[in-house]
Amino acid sequence: MNRRKKMTLSRKRAITGLIFISPWLIGFITYYVRSLIQTVIFALSEVKDSEHGGFTTAFTGIRNFRYALMQDAEFNQILVNSIRDIVIDVPMIIFFSLFLAILLNGKFRGRTLFRALLFLPVIMNAGVIMNAIRDAQTAISGGLSAVAKDMAVTRSSTMAMMLSTFVEFGIPQKLIAYLTQAIERIFSIVRASGVQTIIFIASLQSISGSLYEVAKIEGATAYETFWKITFPMVSPLILTNVVYTIVDSFVTSEVVKKAEEMAFTNFEYGISSAMSLISTVIVCLILLILGYFLSRKAYFYN
Amino acid sequence: MDKTGKRKAFNTIKDHEDIKFRRKIFISKCVRKAMSLFRIITLIGISYIVLSPMISIISRAFFSESDVYNAMVYLIPQNGTLKNFKLSILRMNYWKTLGYSLLYIGTLTILQLFVCSTVGYGFARFEFPFKKLLFGCVILTIVIPSYTIMLPLYIHFRNFDPLHLSSLLGIGAQNWLTTVKPIYLMTILGCGLRSGLFIYIFIQFFRGIPKELEEAAFVDGAGAFRTFFTIMLPNAVPSIITVTVFSLVWQYNDSFYSGLFGIKSDYLISVKLASLTGTINSLDQIINPELQQAYLDAGIVLMVVPSVIIYILLQRKFVEGVERSGIVG
Repeated sequence: MNRRKKMTLSRKRAITGLIFISPWLIGFITYYVRSLIQTVIFALSEVKDSEHGGFTTAFTGIRNFRYALMQDAEFNQILVNSIRDIVIDVPMIIFFSLFLAILLNGKFRGRTLFRALLFLPVIMNAGVIMNAIRDAQTAISGGLSAVAKDMAVTRSSTMAMMLSTFVEFGIPQKLIAYLTQAIERIFSIVRASGVQTIIFIASLQSISGSLYEVAKIEGATAYETFWKITFPMVSPLILTNVVYTIVDSFVTSEVVKKAEEMAFTNFEYGISSAMSLISTVIVCLILLILGYFLSRKAYFYN
Repeated sequence: MDKTGKRKAFNTIKDHEDIKFRRKIFISKCVRKAMSLFRIITLIGISYIVLSPMISIISRAFFSESDVYNAMVYLIPQNGTLKNFKLSILRMNYWKTLGYSLLYIGTLTILQLFVCSTVGYGFARFEFPFKKLLFGCVILTIVIPSYTIMLPLYIHFRNFDPLHLSSLLGIGAQNWLTTVKPIYLMTILGCGLRSGLFIYIFIQFFRGIPKELEEAAFVDGAGAFRTFFTIMLPNAVPSIITVTVFSLVWQYNDSFYSGLFGIKSDYLISVKLASLTGTINSLDQIINPELQQAYLDAGIVLMVVPSVIIYILLQRKFVEGVERSGIVG
């Protein structure tokens, strides 16, 4: 009784709080912290399976990293390609999902139906299904390009000619290359932006209507309203979505496949760890840089 | 100017204003109509992009052998057949596998909801030392891709011996691979599939609930746990629905953890589906890849249907739920 009295309320609350988070804390230490340290150790040493399912490590310094970056035939290229894909995809996905969220936010007939449709890609996100869908898409776009070819022959106007006219108008070639690439990737962009769209819709819904009323009374145009109200209010969520998009696209990228292959078919645990560490560090760097710039630009309401 | 002249002038001005006003209304009406037309067209286009692969998969699932070989057949099968479905159901052991997967996913989701909501509540409402640092760690678990730690996890569960306890007890290290135990353990300890994100959602949501509710409960003599289960959880329905849908869907489709721990295909329909082509190839001697594809498509339809049903059941509440669930903070 006496001891209980001595414990202040805030101390008691602290202990209760720790009890609440204890499952996660144990899991975090045993799985995340320990595994991260172990990954670093693996990456710096040569790992050998021993009997009874154990393993032995022998310190080798940065040899695994050197192998991954200098000697491995594919890893370099895969890494660069994945990063390039992310750099191309992320702005497109963010832009597209914000656009879509604004379209879906208004009240109109069939809104629930369209919202349900847009979430379908998230539902069908399994690896097998994705592969099958990719096949189906190549079949479809193959058919489309065949049709386009026929039309090009009959009308003697090709895509390249159209593009060259754009160049003659003085539009920078790099922009055109980016846009054509984006159009080629429209399938994957639409498929990858389901969750982001839902997050944006949620944030649009949470903007209070009185802000728009004031803007209307003051005579703001729709364009001004977007840049002065909507965009600042959803800007924190842009950061969230960028983080989600980058992490999500790296998890399904070729780099992971390569690291898995290294570990489970070649049994090169050390090199595999080095590869995943390299890509993780790059992801974290990209996130840090983007996070720094975006959080400076973002407007926080509270 | 006399009085009537004045009135006349006033009236003409008024008429003029009236016309101006009407024109303005007319223009804004036109703009609105054009906008909604634009919206519908764009949305239909996007829906086409989303649906077109699905449509072609569904249609090919009904193709008979002659349709597959016939280059003239496009989307609508000439001799539609249910043979593909029958064989896929047989070879995937569909009903049994589906039952197992639903049981597995359902229990995992309930565990995940329970753990993530308690942890989220702990972070949202209690002050304890190093809270900021620990919250940063939650964010870290979202940001760090799970493949970074896959090898240590793999080795850990291949040779499962926490704190050398089982060695001390004389059982020796155990191989937990190919069983579902690793995932259950990790989910209970809040490190399951995207648990970090779910914890974050709950933290944000509980922060938004007014404190007065709990204080009232506290004054009436309810302890922290009772307050949580009787007051906070029933109020957290939007978050619970959001997390449920995401958790169900992601677990159902997960290939990372199931592949890493080598979970047997009897437990998980997505693993079964991945091996369907091989099974059909070896057992039924169907070697033509295009014909195999038709069977695989039937399998895909079979796998997607349950998750679509779940989503449709929860859909309306889900979209509303996300709006209030705390993702937005």
